[in-house]
Amino acid sequence: MKIHEYQAKEILRRYGAATPRGKMTQDPGEARALCEEFGGRCVVKAQIHAGGRGKGGGVKLAGSPAEAEELAGQILGMQLVTKQTGPEGQKVRRLLVEEAVDIAQELYLSVLLDRASGVPLVMASAAGGMDIEEVAESTPEAIVRQPIDPHLGIQPFQARRVARRLGLSGATAKQAAKLVTSVVKAYLAMDASLVEINPLLVTGDGDVMALDAKMSFDDNALFRHPDLRELRDRDEEDPLEVEASKHDLNYIKLDGEIGCMVNGAGLAMATMDIIKLYGSAPANFLDVGGSASQEAVKNAFQILISDESVKAVLINIFGGIARTDRIARGVVAAIEELGDVRVPVVVRLEGTNVDEGRRVLRDADFDFVVAEHMADAAEKVVAAASSNSTGGA
Amino acid sequence: MAIWVNKDTRLVVQGITGTEGKFHALGCRDYGTQVVAGVTPGKGGESVEGIPVFDSVEEAREKAGANASVIFVPPPFAADAIMESAAAGIELVVCITEGVPARDMLAVKDFLRDHPTRLVGPNCPGVISPGSAKIGIMPGHIHLEGQVGVISRSGTLTYEAVWQLTNLGLGQSTCVGIGGDPINGTSFIDALAAFKDDPETLGVVLIGEIGGSAEEEAGAWVAKNFNRPVVGFIAGQTAPPGRRMGHAGAIVSGGKGTAVEKMAALEESGIIVVESPADIGKAMQTALAG
Repeated sequence: MKIHEYQAKEILRRYGAATPRGKMTQDPGEARALCEEFGGRCVVKAQIHAGGRGKGGGVKLAGSPAEAEELAGQILGMQLVTKQTGPEGQKVRRLLVEEAVDIAQELYLSVLLDRASGVPLVMASAAGGMDIEEVAESTPEAIVRQPIDPHLGIQPFQARRVARRLGLSGATAKQAAKLVTSVVKAYLAMDASLVEINPLLVTGDGDVMALDAKMSFDDNALFRHPDLRELRDRDEEDPLEVEASKHDLNYIKLDGEIGCMVNGAGLAMATMDIIKLYGSAPANFLDVGGSASQEAVKNAFQILISDESVKAVLINIFGGIARTDRIARGVVAAIEELGDVRVPVVVRLEGTNVDEGRRVLRDADFDFVVAEHMADAAEKVVAAASSNSTGGA
Repeated sequence: MAIWVNKDTRLVVQGITGTEGKFHALGCRDYGTQVVAGVTPGKGGESVEGIPVFDSVEEAREKAGANASVIFVPPPFAADAIMESAAAGIELVVCITEGVPARDMLAVKDFLRDHPTRLVGPNCPGVISPGSAKIGIMPGHIHLEGQVGVISRSGTLTYEAVWQLTNLGLGQSTCVGIGGDPINGTSFIDALAAFKDDPETLGVVLIGEIGGSAEEEAGAWVAKNFNRPVVGFIAGQTAPPGRRMGHAGAIVSGGKGTAVEKMAALEESGIIVVESPADIGKAMQTALAG
């Protein structure tokens, strides 16, 4: 789960990290008042989940309260296009208004789970503000890596080492060590999967603070953090994905024309891959899960075909936990309830109770295209999509 | 022969009184696995279709002689269940539970360093040695006893691969689902090393996914240590970066862990990489014939 910058900063401050003073607002008038409060200069920052906001024009410096109000009015409601949003962009609904601080040096700091070694890892670099992947690629030695014991937490010497390796000294190094410690504490306590501070700022006075902050969380651990659920901003998510998550379905919208319903994430990805190999593209990733109820499958099907770019649907089910007859009944129930389904539906069923599953499909009042195996299914659904030029359900 | 699971496996089912636990305990027993006990704290003394239920894994080991366990408890309790089994001296623990927090798994990994227990999973279909025994949720009937090893991060995609092998008459020695989480117990390399020690496994199918670097590491290990044919497939060639594709571990982040990268690494290691998931069985057939 992702959250906004202003929310991440609130969490980090709770753990002792320094940030510029700031407040979220949805009102240009309040932006003006905040700017006054911050001494007449401020930064107005669009709050969307995608990165690259600065380059997209979503972060502006205001030299006066009046300018803050004007900028806030411009940015609120704009479709902000960044390299992470896609060409359609993301509508800006919230702003963070922050005091303007002077920048002497920009550093980089992140904490993430290192899968290879199986421990959390602090990564820091003196080259902040830049694309850290580029730094890692071109000058890997410029990146400081500090593994953290997840149970003991970060030790003071480890935080001091990170600060020293960043080339900092004196009071500035102390502040940096404190900030690193706070960020790691927040990462561990909140079951985060990533905390990224880019840039980590050194001011002209030698103070260290988080100028930007990105946090995402381990979805599997959300049960431990009921407060985090309230930070979820559904406006930042695709409406179909929100609808799917209400039914505990795993759905991701993609750009193609073949709607996919598959049980299991691996098989779902493989199904997308084979559609591509047969010359078309998947409209979505959809894992109905192992124990999907008939109701869940019905909802899944409805979500699939409410995507107007879908020209044909491929249902690929290999029964393990999921019994194929149950899936088949869900599909039939969905189609009966929807009534006028005009997209061709190719079904490939295999595994537990497959004969019963196929019988349910055969007896249904709908003309399913039954496929024998995966390649057959891919071929049939791509052919069906190309002969169906209308689209939609 | 086979690895890890065989006719001597004596299974305890943790969470046997839940719906899934009971369903699959009976499924394992129907397949021929010796299911000797179940564990649900507070329900000791009951029985599930003739399988005695104990309050603890320790008792299941002492009183029923369990040497392997399978876990169906809900995510918040899965780490505890794994550690309980390890502490009781269970040799093989298969955790089916999906949704275990990564931080819990870090604790489990630390705990297991002091125990000789092998953990498979979490978030996996389990381990099956066709014709002998199965520990997990896979449909037994699609398998055939034989000499191909299968290792996979996925569940149903493994069934797909197994089904292709079976239809070509290529049986399997053991199929291991290592699970789709970023932190898991058994790696590709652990399973490959076990297959290397099994002279009757003639070739291995390796099914990976986007995310992490486990496939690349497995490839490097194969290049150095394994001279039997390995067929590889990587799911997620069409997955967009930055999106978690169902499995907690299946995410391309920072441009790393893409399918293209992994396929190239496997190919460089001498692994036969198939682009289409429909070609896994045929590729193994060709490799074994040649």
